[in-house]
Amino acid sequence: MKVHVGSVLYGYTGGRAEVEASGATVAAVLDDLERRYPGLRFRVIDEQGRIRPHMRVFAGGTVVSDLRARVGEKDELHVLGALSGG
Amino acid sequence: MAKKGTKSTGTRALLVGTAKGGFLLEGDAARRKWRIAGPFQFGQKVHDFRCDPRDRKTLLLCATGGHLGPTIYRSTNRGKSWSEAKAPPRFGTLAKGKKSTRATGSRGLTVEKNFFLSPGHAADRGAWYCGTSPSGFFRSSDGGASWKGVAGFNERPEWWDWTRGGSPGSPEGALLHSIQVDPRDREHLFLSMSSGGTFESFDAGAHWKPLNKGVLADFQPEKYPVFGQDPHCMVQHPGDLDRLYQQNHCGIYRLDRARTDVWDRIGDNMPRAVGDIGFPVVPHPSDPDTVWVFPMDGTKLWPRTSPDARPAVYRTQTGGRRWERLDGGLPRANAWWTVYRQAMDADGDERGTGLYFGTTSGSLWGSRDGGEGWTCIADHLPRIFSVRFAELA
Repeated sequence: MKVHVGSVLYGYTGGRAEVEASGATVAAVLDDLERRYPGLRFRVIDEQGRIRPHMRVFAGGTVVSDLRARVGEKDELHVLGALSGG
Repeated sequence: MAKKGTKSTGTRALLVGTAKGGFLLEGDAARRKWRIAGPFQFGQKVHDFRCDPRDRKTLLLCATGGHLGPTIYRSTNRGKSWSEAKAPPRFGTLAKGKKSTRATGSRGLTVEKNFFLSPGHAADRGAWYCGTSPSGFFRSSDGGASWKGVAGFNERPEWWDWTRGGSPGSPEGALLHSIQVDPRDREHLFLSMSSGGTFESFDAGAHWKPLNKGVLADFQPEKYPVFGQDPHCMVQHPGDLDRLYQQNHCGIYRLDRARTDVWDRIGDNMPRAVGDIGFPVVPHPSDPDTVWVFPMDGTKLWPRTSPDARPAVYRTQTGGRRWERLDGGLPRANAWWTVYRQAMDADGDERGTGLYFGTTSGSLWGSRDGGEGWTCIADHLPRIFSVRFAELA
């Protein structure tokens, strides 16, 4: 599936805003992103499995709060820095 | 850090951690000119940035993004390229449905920042320690590439009491810092927590005992508790390894460990108008009676500025019995800044000791004569969190 990442993650994706990853759930897609771009997942998801306070994940345009949410191949995932501050 | 008490044989360098990244300044032999490189990990907060004194080559840098979680970077070519830790410090994961309790091994905590780095014992090549916020104690055995929590600290039931269940403590969050490894015994460790106090281990961190007798905690009903104090910075003096100094939220203290376990408030001998509140305390390379501090306004609201906006370093050469003001070259008025706990360091020269500090307003200052005279090395940097002297191979 197509994954759009925010500029805060370009250091991991080699400057690419759009990358590919696969998985049946948001968690699985993030795991696949970690395999492709080591270190990325922990910058977004903490050790308790929570999305970090200033990061946002959207699946099919809907904000994700539960990483177990299922996603389809045609969905697009957005992993973005949240609007935090002015 | 330079090997204390010896003349420099490598490139003198200052490793500076700031609110927007790390900077490395290479100095000439006279310590007059400094060439700046960086920022490294631009845009990330760097609370600590250190060089491994064992190989004088490996640099570790703590980074926390405004959005991103915390990590640690490593360079072996003076910052030209960096690799990220494969497993940065992280607390154990709490099983789903399980509640965090005093007895629980993992308490469901999240590392919010890697705050303090300390190289391990000279004989433990590749060993490093890291203190985090919330208060966690982590160890690396592979030069900072991967980190594990020290269960003897993070997961023991007493941790819950020492940290008041992981309460935030200071405005910057609970901070574990001042990790000291006794050069005589790799298993003899010290650490301090804001808030929590100072603790000592004789078995490489498997067990810990509070070391806070005589240290005031004026912010709670019980003024001299067993633990719960707020040490800002604690050092084992290289000139006498049985002598500890600490700059605390409630004063400056000295402890002669071989003789007693009760701290002596040597800050009582500071000028009353200045007080004895501040963040850093820096030991002389070899003279156990000499340390430097950087006082801060601790009168009412703790604005984190110098008393009367007139910054000065204070030095004792008598183990704290007498103090002298050292402000030659520093601003005489309207300087509304201070110096954080990791942001002051000394080099290894026994005479003409180089002292360096970085300010909350982004200036880096240096002295080549033990603090008598100061010059501004760099200005207009971001807010400075840490300044570490290093001697690079």
